[in-house]
Amino acid sequence: MNVKPLVIGIGNPYRSDDRAGLIVLEKLKAQNLIDIELMEAMGEGAVLIDIWKDREHVIVVDAVDSGARPGTVYRFDVRQERIPSKFFRYSTHAFSLAEAVELARSLERLPERLIVFGIEGKNFKAGTSVSPEISRAAEEVADRILRDIRAYVPER
Amino acid sequence: MVKKKTTTIKVDYLARVEGEGALYIKIKDNRVKDVKLKIFEPPRFFEAFLRERKFSEAPDITARICGICPIAYQMSSAHAIEDAFGIKVDGQLRALRRLIYCGEWIESHTLHIYMLHAPDFLGYDDAIRMAKDFPKIVERGLQLKKTGNALISFLGGRAVHPINVRVGGFYKVPTKAELRSLAEPLKWAREAALETVRWVSKFPFPDFMQDYEYVSLSHPEEYPFNEGRLISNKGLDIAVRDFDRHFEEEHVAHSNALHCTIKGRGAYFMGPLARYNLNFKKLSPLAQEAAKESGLSDVCTNPFQSIIVRSVEVLYVCDEALRLIDQYEMPDRPAVSVEPRAGTGYGCTEAPRGSLFHRYKLDEKGMILDAKIVPPTSQNQKTIENDLRHFVPKYIQLPADKLQWQCEQAIRNYDPCISCATHFLKLEIERT
Repeated sequence: MNVKPLVIGIGNPYRSDDRAGLIVLEKLKAQNLIDIELMEAMGEGAVLIDIWKDREHVIVVDAVDSGARPGTVYRFDVRQERIPSKFFRYSTHAFSLAEAVELARSLERLPERLIVFGIEGKNFKAGTSVSPEISRAAEEVADRILRDIRAYVPER
Repeated sequence: MVKKKTTTIKVDYLARVEGEGALYIKIKDNRVKDVKLKIFEPPRFFEAFLRERKFSEAPDITARICGICPIAYQMSSAHAIEDAFGIKVDGQLRALRRLIYCGEWIESHTLHIYMLHAPDFLGYDDAIRMAKDFPKIVERGLQLKKTGNALISFLGGRAVHPINVRVGGFYKVPTKAELRSLAEPLKWAREAALETVRWVSKFPFPDFMQDYEYVSLSHPEEYPFNEGRLISNKGLDIAVRDFDRHFEEEHVAHSNALHCTIKGRGAYFMGPLARYNLNFKKLSPLAQEAAKESGLSDVCTNPFQSIIVRSVEVLYVCDEALRLIDQYEMPDRPAVSVEPRAGTGYGCTEAPRGSLFHRYKLDEKGMILDAKIVPPTSQNQKTIENDLRHFVPKYIQLPADKLQWQCEQAIRNYDPCISCATHFLKLEIERT
């Protein structure tokens, strides 16, 4: 079991605001944190299950399209609550983050602690520019992730 | 008096972004009047994005079009550019390309079989519910898929967006000993693939077929991946570079995607079923035997049985990957030398869901002047619509939710890649 916290950023850099999760990763990377591992993913669910199955503490960030105000930040403690079905259903493949979480729950393959952050996007069209609300939200999420990790004391 | 009623059903979970794609079926007096598959196509954006970029960027940029078949995009782009430059990649470098493609087929096919299509046949809403009743089977699917993923990470440098493929070959190639480490998991995967064929062949299949024109690459010695001529069961037999002369893309009013047809003949069928029907004899003996044992002959015309054919292909690529690893000798250099020259190059390789065509026009420095990408899903689009037009009448009396289920299952026969060609928003059934 790998106890080092792992942050997975999901997104496609060519789908505008869909890159929100990748921006969060960039912000964390810039801080040169040695006690946190960072990983990029495209959002394909089965790969995610595989990545987190030997981990104790995983944080996932993805863009969402739930109809809320762009830049809205959501946080789900997956062990404690289900992700409402309107979230994360729109990954780049039909088998997405929300499905991966629930499948992992069925198969008892969830990490000890799994936190999912969602950033409400505005524009998911093909392109490389990011809406300003989403950049600001990514900054906030990067800070919250660090606070989350520092505050977590595993039950041992 | 006829009572008029319109029913609209939204299928959200195939969706991503509003306005990008939808399936629309119009039923009047219990007859199908219209079927429209609306598709959004990121490749069109990428074509523009590639212009004025260096040739060497094409494999990595196009790999981003699709999260599930990045290797196909890398392979088709590398081959097209090599064609323009007059470069031939052969020997062990060619074998390694075939090997990495095996990984992608295992990964993509297994995801589709276990997580997306099997639940349709077994009456589950999704793989999550199926996993509650069949956890061991779903675990087997995940493990099998992981074997493919491991192959791609190993040769591609990393699992997400492999970065080791380049025009001319690879940036780095493995030693013989390194490659051998993949053999054991692949032997397990081959057994799991055999079990998969047996499992899916027992599913209930609707009786359905049409007079299709199957199109795929065909190679004299091997089951097609990277090389060959484009052939069909109705007489097509052309070099890849003649694609534009025989295929045409037409604008259709209901979709911002282009519909691809064979000039003068119309819709055609690509993917596992087409490859299988045109290349059965090139499958390994083990794969041929498993296909026969599952009840298939060397031609399969029911698109619903594509799930069996897809499983046979997974078995084949496990077998083929083991063969390639066994015969491997480390090449003395990871890539052949690449000298840009002005010209137009054509590449077509077999993505898991069908032939993926790329064309690049380059200047003498290797700058991309023009790019064209035709993904398999847009080529199958017209055939999917035709299937639904014939399929829906058989189920027209079903309640809307059941009919919707049947339509989704029929669409999934083609494993449409929602990343690279389609983003379904909703299924609309209009009854009047």
